Amino acid sequence: MHVIPITPYHYLVLAAALFTIGVIGVMVRRNIIILFMSIELMLNAVNLNLVAFSRLYGHVVGQVFALFIVAVAAAEAAVGLGILLAFYRNKETLNVDEVNLLRG
Amino acid sequence: MLEAVAFYGLAALILGFGLMVVTARSAVHSVVFLVLNFLAVAVAYVVLAAEFLAVIQVLVYAGGIVVLYLFVVMLVNQKRAPEAHHDPHRKSGLGVMLAAAVLAEVTAIVVYTASSSPASVPTPPPAIAGNTEQVGLLLYTDYLIPFEVASMLLLAAMVGAILFARKAQ
Repeated sequence: MHVIPITPYHYLVLAAALFTIGVIGVMVRRNIIILFMSIELMLNAVNLNLVAFSRLYGHVVGQVFALFIVAVAAAEAAVGLGILLAFYRNKETLNVDEVNLLRG
Repeated sequence: MLEAVAFYGLAALILGFGLMVVTARSAVHSVVFLVLNFLAVAVAYVVLAAEFLAVIQVLVYAGGIVVLYLFVVMLVNQKRAPEAHHDPHRKSGLGVMLAAAVLAEVTAIVVYTASSSPASVPTPPPAIAGNTEQVGLLLYTDYLIPFEVASMLLLAAMVGAILFARKAQ
């Protein structure tokens, strides 16, 4: 049985699929907490992409950028969930379709 | 052969848990599947020889960020289901179709690139061994200023999160 060797390109496709799942989550779900989790999935897909390129080119700079993305994701989660809590105290809802204070 | 089994097993775990995060009914279940997804991605990092990043992934994502999500899910007790109200202007089906089209396009690009270039670029072996040492050296030499900016960003995010989550006086 012939087996195709696994290259970093396989991981690129895997990361693209994970990113698509995150995009679908953002577009389909209405619970804002699950929206945030979908964004985390997308950031993870980007990290996987960077690490796959780091492997492909044999250089660790991709991993350094992935570390920065982890730091930014932590900051995003903290501030985003803080805003979410403040919003929930005012409007008593987590549905993004009811978030229309700016009439958007 | 072993590599193929590892990759396809990991891919099934990552994508399966990712789908469950998106489709789970309750937010608590989503958080649990998110932890499992992060752990599977950490294993993928180990397979890709990024051990330091795998440890950071487990510590920061699976340990820190997910606990934050869990706290928020517990703090907001939902009197009614958040998915109850439905905006008629929302076109979810179109969004899913567009996302699938983008995935097909990206996959086609990757397959085309992979077939027209060598599997890996031959590079000279690094001067120092060890993944953590390499990342640390790069982080404290070429990327020192972005590193400091990231620490300032985390400080600002910490102050901002406290300010937002605090009860208004």
